[in-house]
Amino acid sequence: MKLITVAGPPSSGKTSVILKTIAHLKVPENSVGVVKFDSLTSFDHLRYDEQGIPNQTGFAGKICPDHFFVSNIEDAVQWGRRKGLSILVTESAGLCNRCSPHINGILSVCVIDNLSGVNTPRKIGPMLKYADIIVVTKGDIVSQAEREVFAFNIKEVNANAQILFINGITGQGAFLLAKYWQDTLDIDTLKDRKLRFTMPAAICSYCTGETMIGDTYQMGMLKRMEFDNE
Amino acid sequence: MNTDAYFTEVSTTKICELLKRYPLASDYLANIRLGKINHDLTLPEALLDVDEDILEEFGLTRDSVVLHFCSFLLAFSQNTELNGGISSITILGGQDKSGKPEQIEITVVPGEIVSIVGPTGSGKSRLLEDIECLAQRDTPTGRQVLLNGAAPDDERRFATGGKLVAQLSQNMNFVMDLTVREFLEMHAKSRMTTDPAETAERCFVCANTLAGEKFTPETKVTQLSGGQSRALMIADTALMSASPIILIDEIENAGIDRREAIKLLANHEKIILMSTHDPLLALRADKRIVIKNGGIAKILVTTETERQSLNHIQQMDEILQNLRNHLRKGDTITMEMIPKMEDNYVGTL
Repeated sequence: MKLITVAGPPSSGKTSVILKTIAHLKVPENSVGVVKFDSLTSFDHLRYDEQGIPNQTGFAGKICPDHFFVSNIEDAVQWGRRKGLSILVTESAGLCNRCSPHINGILSVCVIDNLSGVNTPRKIGPMLKYADIIVVTKGDIVSQAEREVFAFNIKEVNANAQILFINGITGQGAFLLAKYWQDTLDIDTLKDRKLRFTMPAAICSYCTGETMIGDTYQMGMLKRMEFDNE
Repeated sequence: MNTDAYFTEVSTTKICELLKRYPLASDYLANIRLGKINHDLTLPEALLDVDEDILEEFGLTRDSVVLHFCSFLLAFSQNTELNGGISSITILGGQDKSGKPEQIEITVVPGEIVSIVGPTGSGKSRLLEDIECLAQRDTPTGRQVLLNGAAPDDERRFATGGKLVAQLSQNMNFVMDLTVREFLEMHAKSRMTTDPAETAERCFVCANTLAGEKFTPETKVTQLSGGQSRALMIADTALMSASPIILIDEIENAGIDRREAIKLLANHEKIILMSTHDPLLALRADKRIVIKNGGIAKILVTTETERQSLNHIQQMDEILQNLRNHLRKGDTITMEMIPKMEDNYVGTL
């Protein structure tokens, strides 16, 4: 089974890109599945159901979405194998812009959209920086020059990634992404593979449910800001 | 130059000197919060003063940041030569929606204009799409697109993904909050132009010749009218875009000087494919692709008679343009404003 991780900020068009790309894959029906990692709620399963695509959704709830992803990804892979999938796609939102589900040796895609502002590529962390392919959506709404400047700003942050432009409504461009998906290697398990980037460090008193403010309530891993003392 | 050569250069050259040679390097350093390191040292020396924790937040170490920086320099040094040398594209027929084969082959060279006509929904966009992804009989239409007479290999298809083709559509909004000058300079910089300010100025002047209403370099791009932003985009594509192929999707309602726009693009030796219902544009093209039921039904070469009729069409167009201007000024429309129509055409219709 091939595994592809798709990540990107909320509403950047990940689900549309995935649906349009699946439509271009030359594989039998029901052989591509999606696992959606979300934090609170998601309606994407309706869209996958509509297309008859096997899918599962997991909610991180009060757990860091990144940590939630990594502790469930191997089970997701085994679900895909039990279903007899030939391609499994995971979809996750980079909720703190640091979430990065990319794994060494696994094709990783980051979806961002042209409307999100010209400096956005610099602000999105490892999710963009460590992706193999960066898909840019909503290009039909902005000018050609803006698309080019945006792509350039992406290149500045991730010089090695392939940048693809995909129209999530018409599917234009999804064809090339499908090619990449089909060419990626098969895996049986993710055991002993490595994430491309560390997860955000956690475990302080607030992680475990503390709500009171003040020094005496703070324990564990803390990071203090330095302010001017003038 | 390869990564090794860059590595030697970066290891032995002061940062201030590197920034002079590669202006983009300052963006690189700023992106990883290293904008303020000591520029009088080499990068490996300056990094000794940097807190490793900061680098770690970017997934880097003192050693890997140097290598990473070298691959950045390498990526941008190759950028400019990617799309050169396209002397023709050829479209080989596939089939239409009902599976009927398209018996066609068409080759377009730089400077040439091909118009694409056909009812809405007939498959014009699909043709443009085939060209954009350099279809190799693997898209729903089964068409094949050749570059310089040969099938591009996968590597070429992927390497050029999105960079071969510039697309000018009816939607040409700007979302960046910049002035025209800032915007153009930013684009020029991304094209690695040696003098971004000068290139931006040239582009601005050109855009103003196409726009119905003039604008200044200090106008915010978001405040431009539809016509003005299209004029800006067309000038920008002609003068600055690296893409050798331009796909134009119905710009008839653009509120710009369409003839000048097309001429401008063709003069810059671009391959132009233009989907249009506008006779003024369609007949100005050298060839015309007719789309029916998702397939290319035929390819017409613009005839001499058609070209001659352009003069008449142009007159009609001018009459309409004139009427629009009157409306804009708040005038009352009178029969006198459309004399030529009365004299020349009504009798013959």
